Amino acid sequence: MADIDITTEALEHGHDHHDDHHDHESDKYRSSFISHYIFSLDHKMIAKQYLITGIFWAIIGGLMSLVFRLQLGFPEENFSWLKPILGKWITVNGEGMGSLDPEFYYALVTMHGTIMVFFVLTAGLSGTFSNLLIPLQIGARDMASGLLNMISYWLFFLSGVVMFASLFLNTGPFSGGWTAYPPLSALPQAMSGSKAGMTLWTISLVIFVASVLLGGINYITTVINLRTKGMSFWRMPLTVWAFLVTAVLGLLSFPVLVSAFVLMIFDRSLQTSFYLSEIFINGQALDHVGGSPILYQHLFWFLGHPEVYIIIVPGFGMVSEIISVNSRKPIFGYKAMVLSILAIAFLAFIVWAHHMFMSGVNPFLTNFFVIFTLIIAVPSAVKVFNWIATLYKGNIRFTNGMLFAVGFVSLFISGGLTGIWLGNSALDIQLHDTYFVVAHFHIVMGVAAFFGMFAGIYHWFPRMFGRFMNSTLGKVHFWGTMIGSYMIFWPMHYTGLAGVPRRYYRFDNFDSFAQFASLNEFITIAAILTFAVQLLFVINFFYSIFRGKKQTELNPWNATTLEWTAPIHAGHGNWPGPIPQVHRWAYDYSKGDRDFIPQTEPLNDWELEEEHNH
Amino acid sequence: MAQETLTHDHDTQHDVDHQGENWNGGNEPFKASYGKLMMWYFLLSDAFTFAGLLIAYGTLRFSSPSWPVPDFVFQAFPGVAAHGLPLIFVTVMTFILIVSSVTMVRAVQEGHRYNKRGVVVWMFATIIGGAMFLGCQALEWYTLIVKEHMTLSYNPFGTHTESGTYLEGDGHGINAGDTFVAGDSYLIHMHDGEYHNLKYKTADGETKTQAFGPKAFGQLFFAITGFHGFHVLSGVVFLLIVMVNVMSGLYHDRGNHYEMVEKIGLYWHFVDLVWVFVFLVFYLL
Repeated sequence: MADIDITTEALEHGHDHHDDHHDHESDKYRSSFISHYIFSLDHKMIAKQYLITGIFWAIIGGLMSLVFRLQLGFPEENFSWLKPILGKWITVNGEGMGSLDPEFYYALVTMHGTIMVFFVLTAGLSGTFSNLLIPLQIGARDMASGLLNMISYWLFFLSGVVMFASLFLNTGPFSGGWTAYPPLSALPQAMSGSKAGMTLWTISLVIFVASVLLGGINYITTVINLRTKGMSFWRMPLTVWAFLVTAVLGLLSFPVLVSAFVLMIFDRSLQTSFYLSEIFINGQALDHVGGSPILYQHLFWFLGHPEVYIIIVPGFGMVSEIISVNSRKPIFGYKAMVLSILAIAFLAFIVWAHHMFMSGVNPFLTNFFVIFTLIIAVPSAVKVFNWIATLYKGNIRFTNGMLFAVGFVSLFISGGLTGIWLGNSALDIQLHDTYFVVAHFHIVMGVAAFFGMFAGIYHWFPRMFGRFMNSTLGKVHFWGTMIGSYMIFWPMHYTGLAGVPRRYYRFDNFDSFAQFASLNEFITIAAILTFAVQLLFVINFFYSIFRGKKQTELNPWNATTLEWTAPIHAGHGNWPGPIPQVHRWAYDYSKGDRDFIPQTEPLNDWELEEEHNH
Repeated sequence: MAQETLTHDHDTQHDVDHQGENWNGGNEPFKASYGKLMMWYFLLSDAFTFAGLLIAYGTLRFSSPSWPVPDFVFQAFPGVAAHGLPLIFVTVMTFILIVSSVTMVRAVQEGHRYNKRGVVVWMFATIIGGAMFLGCQALEWYTLIVKEHMTLSYNPFGTHTESGTYLEGDGHGINAGDTFVAGDSYLIHMHDGEYHNLKYKTADGETKTQAFGPKAFGQLFFAITGFHGFHVLSGVVFLLIVMVNVMSGLYHDRGNHYEMVEKIGLYWHFVDLVWVFVFLVFYLL
């Protein structure tokens, strides 16, 4: 990190002498700092930018959940101490009793969902690791287009700026739920969050879609065109397969969200009625006729369902890789792993209406969606059993990355099983919009995807920064998060089965739900503790960037893949010499008498013989 | 430019390809550069955007009890006749756009031959075609909005759902006493800033007034043809930029057969292709 100090010094230097003759020279330093750290074209730097922006948003999104969890756990508590932060959204009555504004409660729920789904688990996750790993693992010097890659990151940044600005609006940020169903979202007069908050929300997400598309087009093209010699598709690490499929999912689903938003913007600003029909507000009949709110739901969930796979599939890839490396065994069923990802991606496009069983879609139509939804359990089970089979009799190293990878498998199982419940349209009559749904998707795509991300960060931290994260803090982080997140979300299954609806401001005035008051308190306390453990991770992350244990060997995990053949502090272009060539697949662990054989090593005599005998 | 040089070491593998080994790495399996692939994938995603919009069109159209008949709605030819020429104007528009695709093909072809002058000439013809299409679209919108008063809030193009006799005339060809049958189309004219919905008497002697047509028709028309027009406009701007670069000799020196012209050509053909579908749903069905 020495170059940071030098360049900052140069920057300050240039600033001090702004008017003298050295101006020319200091400008040069400035531009080198800017082109290296800010408008970088290097995929490794762009990956770090995505990651750090993602961490920023994860903290914001996590803090928001704490505020609404406080409300749910302690509805009678005095929150006036939050007034310095939340300002007018805490109303203090005559007795000094501060309470959270109900409209702002909805805004918090909405923003938590939007931020986590799009900014953290889409951009922060696949943006980071697709960028870092695709070129390094397929043996490319950079993404196909470094320029579009840079623009992709900065569009993501810009969409974040717009969303962040919406938090400070007088009328509050958008508060109609992250799915932004009309009519609530389409009518500015429906609630205060639907005014400027919704406008900025839509603008932010349209920019975000542009960012995802530019990124995805780049990832796909890079994988197709820039694989090094010998890197056939069937030799690619599962990470690269996963990022490729993720990019394809994004490429085909996000544009439909754009069409949904185009019509939404028309409805909001030009008084059209694409999504609106026969509505009364305050006893006043509106002009809108002929539209269909369900049309929006179809368009939204055509993105929305593939979106959950955009979130989880990178985790599939990274977990497969990390489990194989740290079990010192080839991944079990490599081709089955690839085919199951492809099957899940295909099915992702034909199950969207299972989010709409209770929206008034035709019950005969839902049959179709139930069947395909349940079929997803098959490729998912293939993956789970393959991970377990890879672990079986493995020579397991419990590194932090490995712990989180195994944790991912655990969460994917327990969250996936409840998915089978929810995929039934009949069961959904009871479970729809309850805390059972909240528990299900938080475990299977929220926490599990975070585990995939953490596994990736711990495992590839040396590749990013040339240092290791602190292992003890990492273990505390793992166990705290593992236990903490089950403590948060496990009880929600029970409240959900009892019919407790999500998105409610308080429950203590419902006879049937008030009994869960102490359970809600428990969940809130667990959430606060789990968030505190995440802060440990953040401290560990930033501390280790500068002070972590230095990476001394090129290949610290003894992995076969190409990213560990590049120098520790690789410059733009990754390999100083020629690009390595590939002679074998990515999973030659414990082969013959060798612990591992790198992909760059030509087949040995006995291997050639074996191949010949087949 | 950095990645341009970085990716070069991959191109050297081109000639050692054997059949079936295209996918083994170290080459471009589709024999297409990264830029061309990116354009294809972008177009694929854009196709999904238009598909989303056209599916929205289908949903709203089929949930509406009636829908204006295109032959009746689009029968004006701006500057020639206010009515009586069904779909003639849009045919001209479509023809212009398709011809502009042909000129685009010629520009790409000249690029392959490294004929800079030819590229510029045919690109210019394409730009003129695109601009003419946009001009026609502006005239069509002008006719609909200003002359026929179809807006996002009102659709004066209605369809009779029962037979009857008009009780008054509108001064535009309908006279009191004229009869009509279910399925006949009508246009509600505007007089002194007010829509003049004609009164009529049904077969059972009831007196009614003409109802407005489904608003969704105009809203979808303006939203979707507008979105397409925006694509055409962007295409014209991109074509202009690329043409200026061609004139500067930039692409000639790259020695890749004017690939940039080919890429913008892909976009242009795509916008044409989308128009075929837009044309189909709004004007033919």
